[in-house]
Amino acid sequence: MKDFFDMSGYAAYVWSAYGIAIGGLVLNVWMARRQLRHAREEARRRIAMQEHS
Amino acid sequence: MNWVWFHRFGSPPYFYRFAGRWAPWFLGIACVLLVVGLYGGLVMAPVDYFQSDAYRIIYVHVPSAYLSLMTYTYMALAAAVGLIWRIKICHAIASACAPAGAGFTVVSLATGMIWGQPTWGTWWAWDPRIVSQLFVLFFFLGYISLRGAIEDRDRADRASAVLAIVGVINVPIVHYSVEWWNSLHQGPSLMRADGPTMPMSMAWPLLVMIGAYTFYFLAIMLMRARAEVLRRERGGAWLREELARAGAVS
Repeated sequence: MKDFFDMSGYAAYVWSAYGIAIGGLVLNVWMARRQLRHAREEARRRIAMQEHS
Repeated sequence: MNWVWFHRFGSPPYFYRFAGRWAPWFLGIACVLLVVGLYGGLVMAPVDYFQSDAYRIIYVHVPSAYLSLMTYTYMALAAAVGLIWRIKICHAIASACAPAGAGFTVVSLATGMIWGQPTWGTWWAWDPRIVSQLFVLFFFLGYISLRGAIEDRDRADRASAVLAIVGVINVPIVHYSVEWWNSLHQGPSLMRADGPTMPMSMAWPLLVMIGAYTFYFLAIMLMRARAEVLRRERGGAWLREELARAGAVS
């Protein structure tokens, strides 16, 4: 197990590269979901305004 | 040939529902493939004779770089179709590609730098492959900021589409840069005309990771395209219905 985390001495390089890659994937999902939520709220507001006028 | 089935995708309600149905499945498939690919790349693939375990960076570096170019190509293609045939949904799809593409490009550059330090002895080199990939990032960022800068949606669609199409020239330059010029970057070992030079035990996790990234891209693109469809919609009956349903669920 220790060998696995050591990556023959390249641990800092290998794990930081994987960290950045996975972090990038998670960040993009989070941002896309947030954008969709905002667009939904915005559309709701727009429709509510149309109904009031 | 019957193209009627294809035209349905041009209709916002149909596209919105289609994307909503498929995005979670694509994301799920991407997660499964990602777990398999990571296990294969980090645990099962043998150690490289020359680069030892440092070579394992390939399993995140190559999929991000490959998807960065694919995303740019899809974006330019969607923008071109939108520009030529004036299909609004294509502009929505093109704009949905850009943030994911910029993300892939940043990750490919960052992991490339991290891989460069132990293998080439430098974080950065003004090398044809690296510089042309940096230009892909500039085109993605330029596309996003151009869209953000133009208030009128139709004008933003047209202007950003032209930029996307111009930038696609860069995609083959990135791909062939390692063959055309004397580059520090190694040549392709998987996508070659004469077949891969990697042994199968090392190549399969890479192929699985590329599959994972492709499904991931599809999921993100559909999610963002849905948001874009919502922004463009001026309150049709279908939208009220969808929002009422989304409100009931969440």
